[in-house]
Amino acid sequence: MPADQGEGPLAAAPIPLLSATGVTKAYAGVPALKGADLVIAPGEIHALMGENGAGKSTLIKILAGVVAPDTASIAMDGVPVNIDGTKAAYELGLRFIHQEFNVVPTLSVAENIFMGRPYPRRAGVLVNWAALNAEAQRALARLGIDDIDPRITLGELTLGDQMLVRISAALLDNARLYVMDEPTAALTRDESERLFRVLREIRAAGNSVLYVSHRLDEIMALCDRATVLRDGRSIDSGRMADITHDDLVAMMIGRKVAEAYPKPVAAPREAEAFRASGLAAAGFGPLDFTVRAGEILGIAGLSGSGQGELVRALFGDLRVEAGQMNLAGKAYAPGGPGAAWQQGVAYVPRERRAQGLVMHRPIFENVTLAHLRRQSLGGIWLTPRRERGFAAEIGRSMRLKAAGPEQAVSALSGGNQQKVMFGRALGGTPQLLLLEEPTRGVDVGAKFDIYAILRDLAASGVAIILVSSDLPELIGMSDRIAVMRNGRFETIVDAEGLGEDELINLCYGRAAGSRVV
Amino acid sequence: MQLFLRRYGTLIGFVAIVLFFSVMLPGTFPTARNWLNISQQVSMLMVVAAGMTIVMVMGDFDLSVGSTASLAGIVAAMMMAAGLPVSVSVLAALAVGLLGGVFNGAMVSLVGILPFIATLATMTMFSGIAFVASAGKTISGRAIPEAFGSFARGGLPLGEWGGVAVSLPNLSIIAILVVAIVWVLMEQTTFGRRLYAIGGNMEAAHLSGIAVKRLRLIAFALTGLAAAGGGLMYASRVASANPVQGSGLMLNAIAAVFLGTTMSRHGEPRILATVIGVLVLGVLDNGLTQMSVDSYIRQVLVGGLILLAVAASSVSQTGRR
Repeated sequence: MPADQGEGPLAAAPIPLLSATGVTKAYAGVPALKGADLVIAPGEIHALMGENGAGKSTLIKILAGVVAPDTASIAMDGVPVNIDGTKAAYELGLRFIHQEFNVVPTLSVAENIFMGRPYPRRAGVLVNWAALNAEAQRALARLGIDDIDPRITLGELTLGDQMLVRISAALLDNARLYVMDEPTAALTRDESERLFRVLREIRAAGNSVLYVSHRLDEIMALCDRATVLRDGRSIDSGRMADITHDDLVAMMIGRKVAEAYPKPVAAPREAEAFRASGLAAAGFGPLDFTVRAGEILGIAGLSGSGQGELVRALFGDLRVEAGQMNLAGKAYAPGGPGAAWQQGVAYVPRERRAQGLVMHRPIFENVTLAHLRRQSLGGIWLTPRRERGFAAEIGRSMRLKAAGPEQAVSALSGGNQQKVMFGRALGGTPQLLLLEEPTRGVDVGAKFDIYAILRDLAASGVAIILVSSDLPELIGMSDRIAVMRNGRFETIVDAEGLGEDELINLCYGRAAGSRVV
Repeated sequence: MQLFLRRYGTLIGFVAIVLFFSVMLPGTFPTARNWLNISQQVSMLMVVAAGMTIVMVMGDFDLSVGSTASLAGIVAAMMMAAGLPVSVSVLAALAVGLLGGVFNGAMVSLVGILPFIATLATMTMFSGIAFVASAGKTISGRAIPEAFGSFARGGLPLGEWGGVAVSLPNLSIIAILVVAIVWVLMEQTTFGRRLYAIGGNMEAAHLSGIAVKRLRLIAFALTGLAAAGGGLMYASRVASANPVQGSGLMLNAIAAVFLGTTMSRHGEPRILATVIGVLVLGVLDNGLTQMSVDSYIRQVLVGGLILLAVAASSVSQTGRR
């Protein structure tokens, strides 16, 4: 990092608390950031926005010292700094609050709050548990929380409470900049309000917050300024007070929502492809719905409303407790994922690393993994040459960018890895396709390719169930959207002409204050 | 260069060891007779390690193979001592190994106990059963039919070498056959492909419709079967059976598979790499014995070598952390 590229004399503007300029980063040749700038003033709540795959998480990881940028000039208080590890970030006064960071669910709340900090001790030796718990209680009280016992195991708390514990731990020492990634995703409205109060306190003390969220209303109300990332580059929003909701959306997607999604090739057919009657399992139900051939049924809802369980039940991975399913007119009751694949149901899971791909194995093996019975001689003898040809053909039809079917999946970009999972799903010519977050962590180009694949599949008569937390995606791609709350379908609405805020309101329902787990 | 060393370090080490002994023991080491001898010495370990490779492909372990080998030897010897035909006794011993493996597999895949703990427990159990059945005594001498003991001494004549008749020992032939079968199974069939997928990402394999539980059970059963085979070969070679004679096989089999994994790109066990691992251990044992190196010193050297090989292969994998 060049040390001589300070911010220079800035006449009226105060010296930024943190500035990261000209940040570039490519993964295996695929650029994630193409020269993004992020400048945060002292005493500011600054939003970081952008669609999935726009480069937000890469930028945050660079600030946290987890990922090394290809190029960047980073300065704090006008002094160039080099963040070459998480320790360096910590010592600069940067704190990161993220869904996946820094918790041990088997330790107590107090132990989690004091992780990485010296415990209070008696005579310098024995841990003073009473003092530790009292300190933890005070840390929680700062967020206005008095109903969490610091002695209980963190894992027993709801996700929302766990998030609050994490936030209270980060607030213990006076850091310069708090980076919060979707902190309100699991919080109720009351809890969110409490958090916002504390964030405003931080701002009043002259420290800053970098706030990452998809929730536009929240950002409009809370933040002073925003940096919007789009396709690896940044846009400074200017003062939030001077712009509208629509301006922000336009900055994020760079075009009108409607143009981001390919138009349907054909209308859904009349024939019913899938029907669920009184379907119930642990976590949802009873549900009644149908999907027509060629139809995309979107499923919206706050996280944990039962969407994941529904998909698992449809795929035979969760025991159905009541009700029936029909696939193409025949009774469908899969005993496991193997039976589901065989009967023409395909699944693209939510987490491609954890659930989808065998990363160090070749593309063709990942594609044929669910179809080995048909891609082998007698179900036993492997025919790698035929498999490679099969995978190569599917890859071509999806515009998969790879050196060849022999290439290890781990060497591909996120978007192309996602296409490999779609390749597996398409390899069995499915009748019903189950999708969970199909474009998470996928760059804009590959995203559009995936949408085009979905349109083609729908046109060929495949019924598609699309679970997504990306509301514009749901609206842009679905024919109808089922809104799920507490395991039930609140309503099923026509996606045509539906507004994002309407859909959000439907997701929250009327009892918006209730606790979401 | 680093990548090359990581990939081929163990192979280069193997060649270096062979060259070293060939120079130090020019009269006795690099001879056909000695190599055929080595092939017989490693044959039991080869069979057990081949079976171990099957479970280790899925990221599992089987610590009970040594006890299974001992138990199989005892079962066969007791049945033969009771006057049952050799063939029946051998089949029964193999069935015991298979059943032991099924039991391991059931504990691991159906009950969900970690393989390390489940097979640690069955290792103790099988060993205890072998002691109880044999009353702790070695079964040997007249009790063992001539046909059983002479099998290991026999072989396929290969002709003459320097005026001495040499033959490929029967035990070596069995080891070669077992390796060939495991190679076909793991590299050429959907069974092997699925096991590798389970080892790479169990959840992805499950969601791709692979019957993970059933395959894990079958894999453990095959490992148990191979362990019993190794135990029978051992009993035949020494024409006797005692309840501890297989106990050295477990650590050596795991060591051989680990040495082999250092040769694959992602640390996956491969059967042909396991063969190299077994040969490294066997050649070291043979050469050092011929050089009259104390057996405890040999242990230190072999242990150090395993650490060296695994350390060398993980150096560039850890990276920035």
